[in-house]
Amino acid sequence: MSQAVVEAHKLTFRWQPDHADVLNIEDLRVDSGEKLFLVGHSGSGKSTLLSLLAGVIVPQTGRLSVLGQDMHKLRSAQRDHFRADHVGFIFQMFNLIPYLSVVDNVLLPLRFSSSRRQHVAALDHDEHLEARRLLDHLGLNDPALLERPVTELSVGQQQRVAAARSLIGAPQLLIADEPTSALDPHHRQTFIELLFRECEEQGSTLLFVSHDHSLGQRFDRQLDMADINTATQEDQ
Amino acid sequence: MMAVLQLAWKSLLNRRFTALITIFTIALSVALLLGIERLRHDARQGFANTISGTDLLVGARSGPTQLLLYSVFHIGNATNNISWKTYKELSQHRKIAWTVPISLGDSHAGYRVIGTTQGFYEHYRYAGKRNLAFAQGRPFKDVFDVVLGSEVAKKLEYRIGDEITLAHGAGKVNLIKHDDKPFRVVGILGPSGTPVDRSLQVHLHGIEAIHKDWFAGSPIPGVRFDAERVRNMDLTPKTITAFLVGLKSRIATFRVQRDINEFATEPLLAILPGAALAELWEMMAVAENALLVISVMVVVVGLTGMLTVLLTSLNERRREMAILRSLGARPGQVFALVIGEASAISLIGLLAGILLLYLGIAGLRPWLETEFNLFISLGLPSHRELGLMLLVWLSGTLIGLIPAQRAYRNSLADGLTIRV
Repeated sequence: MSQAVVEAHKLTFRWQPDHADVLNIEDLRVDSGEKLFLVGHSGSGKSTLLSLLAGVIVPQTGRLSVLGQDMHKLRSAQRDHFRADHVGFIFQMFNLIPYLSVVDNVLLPLRFSSSRRQHVAALDHDEHLEARRLLDHLGLNDPALLERPVTELSVGQQQRVAAARSLIGAPQLLIADEPTSALDPHHRQTFIELLFRECEEQGSTLLFVSHDHSLGQRFDRQLDMADINTATQEDQ
Repeated sequence: MMAVLQLAWKSLLNRRFTALITIFTIALSVALLLGIERLRHDARQGFANTISGTDLLVGARSGPTQLLLYSVFHIGNATNNISWKTYKELSQHRKIAWTVPISLGDSHAGYRVIGTTQGFYEHYRYAGKRNLAFAQGRPFKDVFDVVLGSEVAKKLEYRIGDEITLAHGAGKVNLIKHDDKPFRVVGILGPSGTPVDRSLQVHLHGIEAIHKDWFAGSPIPGVRFDAERVRNMDLTPKTITAFLVGLKSRIATFRVQRDINEFATEPLLAILPGAALAELWEMMAVAENALLVISVMVVVVGLTGMLTVLLTSLNERRREMAILRSLGARPGQVFALVIGEASAISLIGLLAGILLLYLGIAGLRPWLETEFNLFISLGLPSHRELGLMLLVWLSGTLIGLIPAQRAYRNSLADGLTIRV
C-alpha cells in the first residue's frame, strides 16, 4: 500500500466558536501519486477543506496530517513554510501576478521555498530554463508570447502558466481549485491531460476540485464533498 | 525577505503613475521643509554675522535692541547723541584699542548716510573676519567724497565720479536737500549681505560740513556757507550717534562695558553686538517657528496623500496578496510588502525632494542674493537637516503601518480565497 499524502480523521472546523461546524469529515485519505477528483458545489465545504490542507487554518478537533506532518503541531508561520515547500496551487482564475512576466510568475514559488529551489538546482539547468521547460511542456513555447504582459494572455494560457507555477520545484501535492471552469470544453480536456502528464512525470499527487461531474471519469478516484462532509451546510 | 522587497518594488513599478504623483507630492513637501530649514538657518547666520569683530557698541542711553537697530540696521532714529568730548575721552580708555564713530541722520534717495572715519573700513567686520571690500575705487579722503554700498550703486546706477547730494533726515519725500554741497562718488563696496550694502559712507567732516550753516535741524535763515568756504572751517563734529569699540583684550569686555555704562558726565549704553543680535533674533523666533510648523504640516499632507494611495491600492491588490499567500507567503511577509512600499515611496520622495532643493537653491541663489540679500548656502546638509530627513523617512514608514496592518488582517481573513 502506498504512502498517504493526506490523512484526516474525525475532522471538524467552524469559523466562529458559536457557529455550527462547516466541515465534519470522518475519514479522508489520499494516496501518494493518486489523482483524486473532488466534486463539490459552492457551499459544500470544499474551500474550507482546501484551506485546511494548505495549512491556512487548522481544525478545531480531529487529526489532519499532510505528507505525514500533523498540521496542528505546526505554528502558523511553519504551516506557511510547509505550504511553500510542498503544495502547489492552481485557482479558478486570476492566478497570475499582473506586474510580473510569464517566467517570473512561474519562478515565484522558488522565492518562497528553499526546498523547491534546491529541487530545481539539482536539475542540470538553471531556474529560467526549468520554467521555460515546464511552459514548453504545457504548450507555451512561443517566445513572443512569453514576452507579453500576463494580463494580455488568454484565460487558457494564463491557466497553463499557473499550472507551470504550481509544478515548478516538484511539490508533492498539487491542489487545483476549479482550474478549468473558465475554459471552453476543448481546452478543458487538453489542460487536464497536460496536468496529468506533468504530475506523473514529477510524481506529484493531484487533488482536483470541480463542480463538473463530467470531468471526473479519467481520474483514479472520485469523491463527492456531500458524501464525506457530514456537517449541515448552510452559509459556507 | 529580499524576495518580498523585490516584489514590493515590482508592484510599485506596476503602479508607477500614482506612485510618481505620490513621490512628487512628498518631494515637493520635503523640498519646502528643508528649504525653509536652510533659509531659517542661513538667515539667522547671516543676521548674527551682520557685525563682528566689534566688542562693544556704544550709544546714548536707550534699550540694547533700539541701539542695535538704529546704529547697525539703520532702522529708526537715535533719541540722543553722544558729545564729541565724551567720545574723545572714552577713546583714550586704556583698555580700548580702537573706536569708530558713526554719525547718522542724513540720507540719499532713501538710503542712509553713515558719517564715519576711514577706520570703518579697517574695523567693521561681518561673517566672522571679513572686511568690507571695495568693488571699485577707494575709501573717502576728501570732505566731499562718498562711498556707496553695493545695493545703492546698483539700484541707483551710480558710477565713480558721479556727483550726488544728500538730504536731511531719513525717508524719500519732502526732505530738505543739502544741494549746495554735492558729494563725489570715489568708491563702491562689494556686496556683504549686511546693512552696509544699503548705505552711503562719508567722512564725519562731510556731515559736519553740510550742517555748518544749520541749527537745530534746519538751515539758519540768511546764513549760507558755500562748499569751498566750509572746507576751511573747523569741521570737528560736536556730536556723533554711536561708536564701535575694539578692545585690546576681550577679557576686559565687561569691565569696559561697566565703565561706559557708569560714565559720569553723560548717560551712555554699551552693548555686546553678538548678544544683542541674538536677542533681537529671538523676537523673530515666532515667525520662524510658524514657518517651520507650516512646512512640517505640508510634509504631513504629503504623507497623508501616500496613505490614501496605499489604502486605495490595497483593495485592488487583495488578489495579489491571496496568490502570494497560496505560494507560502506569511501574513508577516504581506505586511512587509506593504510597509516596504511605503518606506520605498517615502525614501524616493525624500531623495527627490533633496535633489529638488539643491537644484532650486542653485537656480534661485543669484536672484535671492540680489533681490533679498539672502545668502543661501549650497553646502552639505547640516545635522539638523539630516535629522529632519530621517524623520520624514521614518514617518513615511510608520504611516505604512496602517495599510500594512490592514493588508495583514485581510490576508488572514481571506486566506486563499481570491476576492475579485
